Amino acid sequence: MSINTMKPKKKKMATEDLIFTIFNTTIMVLFTIVTLYPILNTLAISFNEGSDAVRGGIHLLPRVFSLKSYKTVIKTEGIITGAKITVLRTVIGTLSSLIANALLSFILSRKRFLFKSGLSLFWIITMYANGGLIPTMVLFRSLNLIGTFWVYVIPGMVSAFNVMVMRTYMAGIPDSLEESAQLEGAGYMTVFLKIISPLCKPVYATIALFVAVYHWNSWFDAMLYNRTNTKYTTLQYELQKLLASVTAQGQGGGGGAASQTDATVATVIPITIRSAATILTMAPIIALYPFLQRYFVTGLTIGGVKE
Amino acid sequence: MSLSESTSRRRKKRANGVEFTAKEFKRQWILIAIAAVYVIYGIIFYYLPLAGWIMAFQNYKYKTGITGSKFVGLAKFQFLFSDAKFLQVIRNTFCMGALNLIFSTVMAIVFAILLNEIKNIWGKKIVQTISYLPHFLSWIVVCGLVHDALSSTGIINELLVKFGIIDSPFQFFASKPWFWPLVVLTNLWKETGWNAIIYLAAITSIDPALYESASIDGAGRFQKMWYVTLPSIRPTIMILLLMNIGNVLNAGFELQYILGNGVIQSVSRTIDIYVLDWAINGRNMDFSLGTAAGIFKTLVALILIVAGNTIAKKTGDERLF
Repeated sequence: MSINTMKPKKKKMATEDLIFTIFNTTIMVLFTIVTLYPILNTLAISFNEGSDAVRGGIHLLPRVFSLKSYKTVIKTEGIITGAKITVLRTVIGTLSSLIANALLSFILSRKRFLFKSGLSLFWIITMYANGGLIPTMVLFRSLNLIGTFWVYVIPGMVSAFNVMVMRTYMAGIPDSLEESAQLEGAGYMTVFLKIISPLCKPVYATIALFVAVYHWNSWFDAMLYNRTNTKYTTLQYELQKLLASVTAQGQGGGGGAASQTDATVATVIPITIRSAATILTMAPIIALYPFLQRYFVTGLTIGGVKE
Repeated sequence: MSLSESTSRRRKKRANGVEFTAKEFKRQWILIAIAAVYVIYGIIFYYLPLAGWIMAFQNYKYKTGITGSKFVGLAKFQFLFSDAKFLQVIRNTFCMGALNLIFSTVMAIVFAILLNEIKNIWGKKIVQTISYLPHFLSWIVVCGLVHDALSSTGIINELLVKFGIIDSPFQFFASKPWFWPLVVLTNLWKETGWNAIIYLAAITSIDPALYESASIDGAGRFQKMWYVTLPSIRPTIMILLLMNIGNVLNAGFELQYILGNGVIQSVSRTIDIYVLDWAINGRNMDFSLGTAAGIFKTLVALILIVAGNTIAKKTGDERLF
């Protein structure tokens, strides 16, 4: 009897499973399309001829192929300076930030350090309370940081969140390694450079990548602190100016908060040029992403949220 | 989370038997010296701006600076709360922040659960890798992509016209009722995959025996999701909600700044944009008002964190501190 009743139930489960699998696969495929389409579409438009692209209707492939937009973009002065400064700030900013965060994490993860809890608390507070935009601006002005390159590097060098992630990782390294090195006469700096740091490569890589992406994508600090000083503009800020010309004009308004403050571009930049600039700006991230993405995920699972 | 941890560490230190002796000081002088550098750095870049809050109680003038400006008590705050524009930006910030929090949490959980149900390992890996790619694109790029997709020649309008839902392209960015949904959707596009990573990690660590015994009891796929998966990841959900609740008022700057425009500014402007206006908008610069608005935001964020934490404590869930 039990066999008889089991059979139809199993069959019902199997069809239910099949329906669910089809439904789920469809959702996942749709999700992937929605994620990738805007990027691929912009890529196609960027390779299309300018006046033809205005007609619209370009999807995944350019209709009239042309490299002219890219040629125009890489000749634009702001873009060239922006690219140089962005590369520079990404390299210098990432290196200095990595060293600064690692050293603080090292100190905070030493079990014998006398001011451990005090120093931890000092930095944890910075995660919750911050002075805000205007006091920070006033401070930077009195430190003469405004209008310089260093305003990108120095203020954000130490981040309490990154320090907490690194500290957790370092605290997991057995003390015996440190102790035996110290017995052989190694000082704290030798322990940091020769014992701890080599073991921390994965977490260093993760933090370095996060900081690098942050620097690559920054634009707001460029707008706030180097708006009048085009020498230190960044790539993303230049892109923002290109795109803002459309937001302001396209909607026929006098410009909102965004365009009121920096609507210096009077003419609408063609969509192909904007697309080419967008693609160039995200190209390094997309190109490196497949190789580096696993580091990003390990970073999340190492410290942050698990703790 | 972090605070309770530091107190437990303190106890551990005593147990370690490290005393404040001259010998110990000498032994770790280099740690103390470097720590001192970090304290100086922290005071300058994190604590001095807090001291700048004093500007909110002054009539700050650039020429006279903080030391020479006249104190006006709470006059700036009084002005703020009688400014209809300020009340409007509070509403905008709060509503967009709350909508973002709710939708991004729900979507991330749903996506993580569905992704977990995919049996093909390669398919799962590919979908997941693609899903968090947008997290690494800047808001400038993302807003550019969204703008193109929703423009009059963009794919959305093309599809809507093709299927006869509308006759002519719809101007999404000139529509007030559409702005908040656009912000939520853009945020979902950028962050769903990324937010799902943590939930997916939590789901993967659920004991398979729980699912097996549920199957034996006759639970179907959806019953297992509802009675096993969701309760198992409840602590993760709670802690993430708590961490993000303080950010509700922070959830509104870049996106609104880039996508907003004059026509719809009554729904697009947020507290941060309001502050920014007082900070850099030429003629109407008023650092004192901007600082006061910033203080309001920080205090509300703190209240939200503490309130969320208290609620979590009462319901017996995970908490931050």
